[in-house]
Amino acid sequence: MAYTIKINGKASTVDVAGDTPLLWTLRDVLDMKGSKFGCGMGLCGACTVHINGVATRSCVTPVSAVGTASVTTIEGVGESEIGKKVQAAWLDRDVMQCGYCQAGQIMSATALLTRNPQPTDRDIDDAMSGNLCRCATYTRIRAAIKQAAGLPTDDKRGA
Amino acid sequence: MTNPNIPSFMQTGDAATTLSRRTFLSVSAAAGGGLMLSFALPGFGKSDPAIEKSAAALNMYVRIGKDGIVTIVSKNPEIGQGIRTMLPMLIAEELDVDWQNVRTQQADFDPKYGPQFAGGSFATPMNWDPMRRVGAAGRQLLIAAAAATWGVPASECETSLGTVKHKSGKTLPYGLLAAKAASLPAPDMKTLVLKDPKTFHIIGKATGGVDSPKIVAGEPIFGIDVSVPGMLYAVYEKSPVFGSKIVSANVDAIKSLPGVRHAFIVKGSEPNGLPDGIALGLLEGVAIVADTWWQASKAREKLKVEWASNPISNQNSASFAKQAAALSKQAPAKKIRSDGDVNTALARATKVVEAEYFYPFLAHAPLEPQNCTAQVRDGKVEIWAPTQNPGPGRTLVAKTLGVAEGDVTIHLIRCGGGFGRRLSNDYMVEAAMIAKLANAPVKLVWNRQDDMRHDMYRPAGFHYFKAGLDAQGKIVGFRDHFVTFGEGDKVANSADMGENEVPARFVGNLEYGVSTMPLGIPTGPLRAPGSNALAFAFESFIDELAHAAGKDPLQFRLDMFGEARVLPPPPGLRFGMPAPSFDVGRVRGVLELAAEKSGWGKRKLPKGTGMGIAFYFSHLGYFAEVVQATVSPAGHVKVDKVWVAGDVGGQIINPFGAENQAQGSAIDGIGAALSQAITIEGGQVQQSNFHDFNLIRMNQAPPVEVHFKITNNPPTGMGEPALPPVIPALCNAIFAATGKRVRKLPINPADIKTA
Repeated sequence: MAYTIKINGKASTVDVAGDTPLLWTLRDVLDMKGSKFGCGMGLCGACTVHINGVATRSCVTPVSAVGTASVTTIEGVGESEIGKKVQAAWLDRDVMQCGYCQAGQIMSATALLTRNPQPTDRDIDDAMSGNLCRCATYTRIRAAIKQAAGLPTDDKRGA
Repeated sequence: MTNPNIPSFMQTGDAATTLSRRTFLSVSAAAGGGLMLSFALPGFGKSDPAIEKSAAALNMYVRIGKDGIVTIVSKNPEIGQGIRTMLPMLIAEELDVDWQNVRTQQADFDPKYGPQFAGGSFATPMNWDPMRRVGAAGRQLLIAAAAATWGVPASECETSLGTVKHKSGKTLPYGLLAAKAASLPAPDMKTLVLKDPKTFHIIGKATGGVDSPKIVAGEPIFGIDVSVPGMLYAVYEKSPVFGSKIVSANVDAIKSLPGVRHAFIVKGSEPNGLPDGIALGLLEGVAIVADTWWQASKAREKLKVEWASNPISNQNSASFAKQAAALSKQAPAKKIRSDGDVNTALARATKVVEAEYFYPFLAHAPLEPQNCTAQVRDGKVEIWAPTQNPGPGRTLVAKTLGVAEGDVTIHLIRCGGGFGRRLSNDYMVEAAMIAKLANAPVKLVWNRQDDMRHDMYRPAGFHYFKAGLDAQGKIVGFRDHFVTFGEGDKVANSADMGENEVPARFVGNLEYGVSTMPLGIPTGPLRAPGSNALAFAFESFIDELAHAAGKDPLQFRLDMFGEARVLPPPPGLRFGMPAPSFDVGRVRGVLELAAEKSGWGKRKLPKGTGMGIAFYFSHLGYFAEVVQATVSPAGHVKVDKVWVAGDVGGQIINPFGAENQAQGSAIDGIGAALSQAITIEGGQVQQSNFHDFNLIRMNQAPPVEVHFKITNNPPTGMGEPALPPVIPALCNAIFAATGKRVRKLPINPADIKTA
């Protein structure tokens, strides 16, 4: 059936079964491939999007449950001041190795900084531990979050 | 450790020097008035100058446009190791251009490129010299073009960031010189003068990945993101017991489900004579092809398959442990090494230490599940593959589909992690066959369960050690009976052990032997293959010996290795190539650096906290690592900090990449040690997703301090060698904290609890 969902500020109508996860609706119906498939069970966070600003695993969110909420994806996260800062910090610290998880990491980090602009290490652990990085770039993810927040970091940028 | 998936002629650093002498370059005009440097990184084995100098072999290129933009082809698969950034850096440095004006382009797979794979941390040693020579040749041509334009000697000209300057102050940008340079003869590659490293402005500078801006913007650059007009989506169900054939499947019922276009049985093929692990052949299964991947997955929930009985369904992890224990009581089936007289040495020893070590099977679990897009048209196959190793994939596809290899085109797509999993190409042949049978372009995407249950696993292994110490605490005899998997003498893929495993060559009386158990599940190389497991067993047992000797574990190792000297490669060939030499000076250098940076032996630690040290040499890299860990009375481990000291030669090419690889390797190894195991029951893998196969998470990841010891040696790779020593360093830290020795991975709190 048809669902109209608001993604990155734009309404899109899709004709899919109601149990189709938001992730697969984004990827295969709307051709927005930035959100990634990793586990299909909400265990890895690669598919993280914002629904009304809250970091949400789109692989376990049926499209029928989205309703009139605002969805933000990695393709649109740079529209916000904080999202833009997070993306810039990710580049400045060269966080990524394979890069596959990083869209989800950036989405979780942006949600964190939006509700908590000065996170402690513990806050970062709590907000980010649902996002797996198989390359284990956690040291730099932490540094990039702190940089985006304007906090000092131990990371020496490879120096 | 030798990796059977990588051509044997590459399993040495010595290949690099041979290569640079044979790099061939030609100069021509690029479309639109630019300069094209075409060059061949020659093939391996015997040199064939005729082929190397033919136009067809000139396969790589650097193009300098009139606008000064430099385009560099990067030939190797990108799996997150940063190769698509690092190789162009080498060329751009010697060409002396502004990195901002460099563009890179991914090459397709083509045998004319020579080896194109990501594995073994080979790219740095292989390309360090030839890539720089290509850049230097370009710079020399541009200087010659400027000198001719001005009518001055070339010796009065120099370059700076894409501009040639004459001593009079005249300048010309490369873009305006490109056309003229294109008409000049190619310089002699052997006599080129390379830059003084003091003038490097790209090499040695932290350089962000060339794809990073696309990654943070969510652009579709991974294999799973590929889209082809008219493409359908496929899922593929294989037997949970490895390699079972199908008796029946309800494919007709599946065909009527929403969105399903095709459902069919794909007949398996027998292993087809390619080396182990590269080609199991095509595994039998049921393909469901639908309009969307979700529809195919939903239909799969209704799929019922009856699998034929399979002789491996009696295999399980518990029975392997029993068999290994029984084998350990017998003499090894095969000797790996035998020096001196171990029995007499142990009989005369002041102290004898015995221990059994075990490490489990591991999955690779790259975050991007296996996937591949394929289309078969008019007898030609086109493939978009996130693969680390396209060459054997192409052979496998050609053989299985019955087409000529030349009719298979493979586009190399960025991989969402490799770790060795994508050295095998099972997903590629599945996608190709499903596309052929569906007669449509198809994207096959495995789900996480498929990925976890159809891997080429890091083999489990058992080590039965016995060693003797003399009154001074020196190792006088050492024995390892290694029980691994295989058939008789033939050890399973990536399940072997070399004759030079330390402490071999540092203990006079030493025996290594191996026995095997049959295994029905496929095994293969995982990041730092062999080393990632052997380092744990050997460096933990060495630590046991240090404590038994009453010595500081660092000093014990320094004493064992002895004075700085270079041990030559052992005589003879292994897998057709000489082994690398072993430089004890470099071993000592990194051990001492790790100790200095971590404050080894100088810091007062609270109760329940300990520091452990370990050293390992793999992939031409020397790494010593110190871990500080705190263990709760209940046996819960918190890793407080890791210090990595590495010696990968005289130049860190991209400090961003090198540090990231070292930090990632250390955290990856800790994650594996803390909680990862694949177990087999009834010939099936029991784990299925990240709830029962745990990847390390942010809240467990320690800070990792990375230090490089710069030595006068050619640069070598960073993808793997920082991983192996972190596991024994952690286990040794746990011993220091608790007095409990970890002899079995993953670390079980019950084994190390103190209350």
